[in-house]
Amino acid sequence: MAIEVRIPTILRTYTGGEKAVEGGGATLAELLADLETRHAGIQARIVDGGELRRFVNVYLNDEDVRFLDGINTKLTDGDNVTILPAVAGGMA
Amino acid sequence: MLTITQALFDQIVAHARQDHPDEACGVVAGPVGKGRPERFIPMLNAARSPTFYEFDSQDLLKLYREMDDRDEEPVIIYHSHTATEAYPSRTDISYANEPGAHYVLVSTADADAAGPFQFRSYRIVEGEVTEEEVKVVEAY
Repeated sequence: MAIEVRIPTILRTYTGGEKAVEGGGATLAELLADLETRHAGIQARIVDGGELRRFVNVYLNDEDVRFLDGINTKLTDGDNVTILPAVAGGMA
Repeated sequence: MLTITQALFDQIVAHARQDHPDEACGVVAGPVGKGRPERFIPMLNAARSPTFYEFDSQDLLKLYREMDDRDEEPVIIYHSHTATEAYPSRTDISYANEPGAHYVLVSTADADAAGPFQFRSYRIVEGEVTEEEVKVVEAY
């Protein structure tokens, strides 16, 4: 099952510079675990304690997965997943 | 060094002043690899806060798609501090995820001993902050 995953610049060190990679899995969690097998270290940049990191946005076909089922969001063949770190900060 | 046109400089300052007392934020995009800021893109601060900013997640996706389609990258990522100096906070540093970008901070605190309106630029790479000179030009 192939799902295209778009990788942000900051994480391309794990994908040999590739902007997009393919992976598989029935859920987002499985997909990220699958990516980890070929791109060691990437999972921990996205997941912390079994949940998506607060300041990493993951989109399934343009929808923020926080509004779906988060890391348990179901995936199907041909889906597109985009990972984008939040642009955030402030004096706090 | 960050080289920026007076027009873009003024747009960033105006946006920061307009959103005060909330933090303002945005991007100036430019052609990939050129390091030249060209397209001013003010963003909505989804946090609508005087002490925090975050791009709205849908806006963020749209922004990156658009830049991708146009072969652009975020040359400048700017935001304002409304009560403190224009220096990256610990929060700014921990969420800085674009090592290739110039992080511009402006302070709308003005007043105090900080002197006139501050417009400063930094590189933030793997938690390390390096301030750089800002050169304002009429045109590139």
